[in-house]
Amino acid sequence: MESAGQLAHAGFKVSLVEKEKETGGHLNDWYKLFPDRRDSKEVLNYLNKRVLSDRITIYKGTRIEKFQSVKDGFVLFTQDGTTLQADAVIVATGFDLFKGARKEEYGYGIYDNVITSKDLEAMFRKGKIIMLNGDSPKAVGFVHCVGSRDEKVGNFYCSKLCCVTAVKQAIEVREHLPESRVFCFYMDMRMGGAHYEELYREAQEVWGINFIRGKVSEASETINNKLVVKVEDTLAGRPLKIELDILVLMTGMEMSEGGNDIARQSGLNTGENRFFLPVDHHYANNISNIKGIFYAGACTAPMNITETVSHARSAVSEVINYLNNNKA
Amino acid sequence: MEKFGFTISKGRQIDWDANNRMMADFIREREPSFKLCIACGGCASTCTAGNFTQFSLRELNVLIHRGEESISRNDIKKCMLCGKCSLVCPRGVNTRNVVFLAKQAFQKQDEYAI
Repeated sequence: MESAGQLAHAGFKVSLVEKEKETGGHLNDWYKLFPDRRDSKEVLNYLNKRVLSDRITIYKGTRIEKFQSVKDGFVLFTQDGTTLQADAVIVATGFDLFKGARKEEYGYGIYDNVITSKDLEAMFRKGKIIMLNGDSPKAVGFVHCVGSRDEKVGNFYCSKLCCVTAVKQAIEVREHLPESRVFCFYMDMRMGGAHYEELYREAQEVWGINFIRGKVSEASETINNKLVVKVEDTLAGRPLKIELDILVLMTGMEMSEGGNDIARQSGLNTGENRFFLPVDHHYANNISNIKGIFYAGACTAPMNITETVSHARSAVSEVINYLNNNKA
Repeated sequence: MEKFGFTISKGRQIDWDANNRMMADFIREREPSFKLCIACGGCASTCTAGNFTQFSLRELNVLIHRGEESISRNDIKKCMLCGKCSLVCPRGVNTRNVVFLAKQAFQKQDEYAI
């Protein structure tokens, strides 16, 4: 969306193809954003305004089935038989959240009150954090690194945003439920972004979140509908068990299915992490191995919104360079 | 001599220079995945032995890398080599083989000590 807006602003005609009913991607599923906890709708509104242009045609609910390199550009075929012509293509297929049920030992889809970070956002949006039976939870746990840094599911990389999301959500749970106790189970706290560490500190200082260093090995359900989590408190050097009412899985980011489809049929390179592989990570991370195709956003690596927007803008500058200079 | 009831405390420092990390080399050579441990404790939390005894594979891992493994000389005997730890390990360390090799290394140390 950012790329489309920027290109239109520079005078180019843009076709924006979105497979979902609405543009905006995961922002539609989120309530408030880290680190300042602004409403995601503010950013969505910005992006929606950005693509309001006579030069932009938006195709919602549309998938690109196939695209072909032709003599002076590309032809893209959608699922309903429409063809689109383009001089250059920006791939902005983003990411999918890791499917929590794949870590069966945490019981997502098996136990009543194991949810994902996305499910919790939906609860925040409704303003109600409740267990499946309608009760208010007294103890809530967050499992970091679900589907990230985990070779058992084939994802070696760090998704880098789940830590700060957990801290943000932990604070929000305490805001909603002042009587609740909140626990974060982490391997490392990766607070690498602007104001992340400050939020972490706030979580300790103001909200009394309990941070326990250890990877949760398994969760189980008791007869009275509580969740028991097993973890080693590595800093105390002893195994720890705790009863919780809700367990939140901080699911990581994966190459999107849409991205995978495009990668399979286009010849675009992907990396070991399965995300699209730009030709150079330092100075050409918008440029693909196919001339005329560019990348924007989290289809190349886990990224936060700030990074995605910047990456989308830099993709536009690469496209303009290409159209002005490289194209024969 | 009069006993005053004072003793000299032994230092608690890990003396990196004085310590010998041969056991780490021994295991790393035979089980290269040993290098990958990030001390998350997943192994120790799921460990049946560790729930009842002092044994913690996470701790043993760290101690071996520091050359302080003698502390765990007896604890390691509690491991039953069930391999549950290797199911949990997010880094894919062959934890079971690490324990096996550590046991072997302790045995060798004992043999040479005699």
